[in-house]
Amino acid sequence: MLITILFYAFATVLVGAALGVVLSRNPVHAALFLVLAFFNSAALWLLLEAEFLGIVLVLVYVGAVMVLFLFVVMMLDINVEKLREGFTRYAPLGAVVSGIMILEIFYVVWVRQLGFDLAASAPPLPAGYSNTKALGAVLYSDYVLPFQLAAVVLLVAIVAAIVLTMRHRPGYKPQDIAAQVAVRSKDRVRVVKVEPAERP
Amino acid sequence: MIGLPHFLLLAGVLFSIAVAGIFLNRKNLIVLLMCIELMLLAVNFNFIAFSRWLGDLDGQVFVFFILTVAAAESAIGLAILVVLFRERRSIDVEDLDAMRG
Repeated sequence: MLITILFYAFATVLVGAALGVVLSRNPVHAALFLVLAFFNSAALWLLLEAEFLGIVLVLVYVGAVMVLFLFVVMMLDINVEKLREGFTRYAPLGAVVSGIMILEIFYVVWVRQLGFDLAASAPPLPAGYSNTKALGAVLYSDYVLPFQLAAVVLLVAIVAAIVLTMRHRPGYKPQDIAAQVAVRSKDRVRVVKVEPAERP
Repeated sequence: MIGLPHFLLLAGVLFSIAVAGIFLNRKNLIVLLMCIELMLLAVNFNFIAFSRWLGDLDGQVFVFFILTVAAAESAIGLAILVVLFRERRSIDVEDLDAMRG
């Protein structure tokens, strides 16, 4: 019973936050609504007993990605009014398309039910079950190679983001480390023989 | 009690809202990126719900990888957005006509 109440509470706030992302006038508000949506999703994932992913969603998404979004939104000086042009013109089309999609999904998962009982709760997990431990056991055995590939993807993303946003300002004087390392003592130090001056 | 269809319907509603958002905020590139994040969230919901009801952890591993790729995607997307804004002083999709597409 408590789970049912919690599900409906979090789901309501989640859908409201998603509508806020889509409809809000200010991109900063949209980003903050998205943070709210991620928090509610994390709570719902905890209800689904996917504890590790719930925490990862909050740490990675809210902690890193959404902060990045907020940085970018606040850094750019955007003319919001100009971007809102055509908002109402395309609203009916968007509403119709999403309404049709919701009806289709409702028909498939609620009316046809895919062979799942509407009210059947999830099969109980064994006592002492640890979601993080089980996920780690799968991730580091069956999925080692994809896991390494994910690390490579992140590395590529880091390099790409840095390369894209780096710019050379005029008057910028960087160190040329290769030239510094390649320098030899004879290029810098000159030994000069000086004749001793006569004592007066 | 809460069954699998509840979670699937919630994910479907979330995905549809994100699709509507792409129609509505057609010009604002940054809100388009946020709508894509919302769609990925809806997909992750389906993966986790099925993984829980079918008792198979592979779905959660998939969500793990989707989160990784989505983080990389949004980092690169925002970097492109910043470069674009520096060039054009605008993030309007209508202004992106350099290729005459």
